[in-house]
Amino acid sequence: MIKHEELIIIGGGPAGLSAAKSALEADLNVLLIERYVRLGGQLIKQTHKFFGSKNQKAKMRGFNIATLLIDGLKDAPGHLTVLTEATVVGMYDERIVTVWHDATYKKYQADAIIVATGASEKFLAFENNDLPGIYGAGGVQTLMNLNGVLPGTDIIMVGSGNIGLIVAYQLMQAGARVTSVLEAAPRIGGYAVHASKLRRLGVSIKTRTTIKRAIGENKVEACEIVSLDDQWNIIEGTEETINTDAICIAVGLSPMHQLLSMAGAKTSYISELGGLVPCVDENNQTSIDGVFVSGDASGIEEASSAMVEGRFTGLIAAKKLGHVTKGFDKDINECRDQLFNLRRGPCGLKIREGIRKLREVNDHA
Amino acid sequence: MLKRTGVPDRSQIKDAFPDESYLIKPKAIIECFEAIPCNPCETSCPVGAITIGADINKIPVIDHAICTGCGQCVHNCPGLAVHIVSIKEDKALFRIPYEMPDVPKQGDIWDGIGRDGKTVCEATITAVTQKEGFDKTTILNVETDKTYLYDFITVRRP
Repeated sequence: MIKHEELIIIGGGPAGLSAAKSALEADLNVLLIERYVRLGGQLIKQTHKFFGSKNQKAKMRGFNIATLLIDGLKDAPGHLTVLTEATVVGMYDERIVTVWHDATYKKYQADAIIVATGASEKFLAFENNDLPGIYGAGGVQTLMNLNGVLPGTDIIMVGSGNIGLIVAYQLMQAGARVTSVLEAAPRIGGYAVHASKLRRLGVSIKTRTTIKRAIGENKVEACEIVSLDDQWNIIEGTEETINTDAICIAVGLSPMHQLLSMAGAKTSYISELGGLVPCVDENNQTSIDGVFVSGDASGIEEASSAMVEGRFTGLIAAKKLGHVTKGFDKDINECRDQLFNLRRGPCGLKIREGIRKLREVNDHA
Repeated sequence: MLKRTGVPDRSQIKDAFPDESYLIKPKAIIECFEAIPCNPCETSCPVGAITIGADINKIPVIDHAICTGCGQCVHNCPGLAVHIVSIKEDKALFRIPYEMPDVPKQGDIWDGIGRDGKTVCEATITAVTQKEGFDKTTILNVETDKTYLYDFITVRRP
């Protein structure tokens, strides 16, 4: 039997929760589907204070933002149903989804769907990268910040984007020793303030350096690192072996487009947005009528942007279903202004370029 | 240099400080050298000494003549990039944000650490403040010899 829903939101992270709030305030009935045991997405693992401005809850710690967003759903007029430990395994024509929940497959058909599935971690090819003790940064955060388990005591971090720098700092706070942060590029990828925090703690950051191989019998015992030249080629003879019992990989994220691809939404490969992304119009609607996307699933950015995009998309989806909120135009303009402001600086160059390319693809279609 | 090593150049540090004559009173030193989308320092300043403006990607500019050294920006900066500095006779007095679980006690003498993580001096902990409003950031008052005014940034258990 297929159950009918007004709006289905797939993913209960910063984008999905913010979309849910907008939609509920527009008096929509919302089914929010989350794969994990609780709502909040990556926010629940983030112990650092957030950047941005007041509108994006700047200076609050990530896990507290999650609580704020979840609590914010309580008093809205619309009706909310939350499924946790529920995985959307299929998405088909006419906005039908199959959900694996409670050991059964359930089918839903929705008037509108917002895909807020977030992103998955990229991995790195090197010798012995399947040895136990090699983790993605997200996995390390789950172990450490949710379950109180340290992945190791002497750790190599691969990647100096904000995630690599932040997780390295959190590892130090948790009592591990981060031996080095490696960065293949000539410059540190993440915010300089995050890098400075780590340096104060005595963590070295090695640019133009990468991991060549992991060494160990049944688990990681050491790794060989090597310098790169300005053409990204290994400089022979610069190999150095460092003892380590855990290697953490933080080399970027890919948007989770898979459900949209399955449903036949048009996608395009845009490296500035992190890989394959759905082609959306300026209302975040995909090529499928009534199917929207927001947050990292539409292009890799910070959680601050995901929250604003979620709020925006929730309003748009509500309007599509005939629920135009009081102050709709003002709210939409506010979201657009906030996104413009978050992206207008040098850190937003990549996302601006990515969005420009995406619009070009749409115009050619 | 900063984007290669994570350590700001000496000239960047010096530029973040006002003339030493200002430091007879406590002043905020903002070591935020990169245009990132962030403005809690500006919005938390009760006297309007810090300016970023409508474009939150601009680098904060502080007017040390207006700054009262109240320290609101210290725990509100998500980047731990602000500390309060003053000079008293031959001592440099600091108020720093601190987020490691190993918290010193008032009266302890710990290692004074530089921006590259190396020990530069002795640091006396003169106060330890933990408040709900600081949201789990501890504020440490630290005293070093005045010589280390531009070198000291944090403390570590010896």
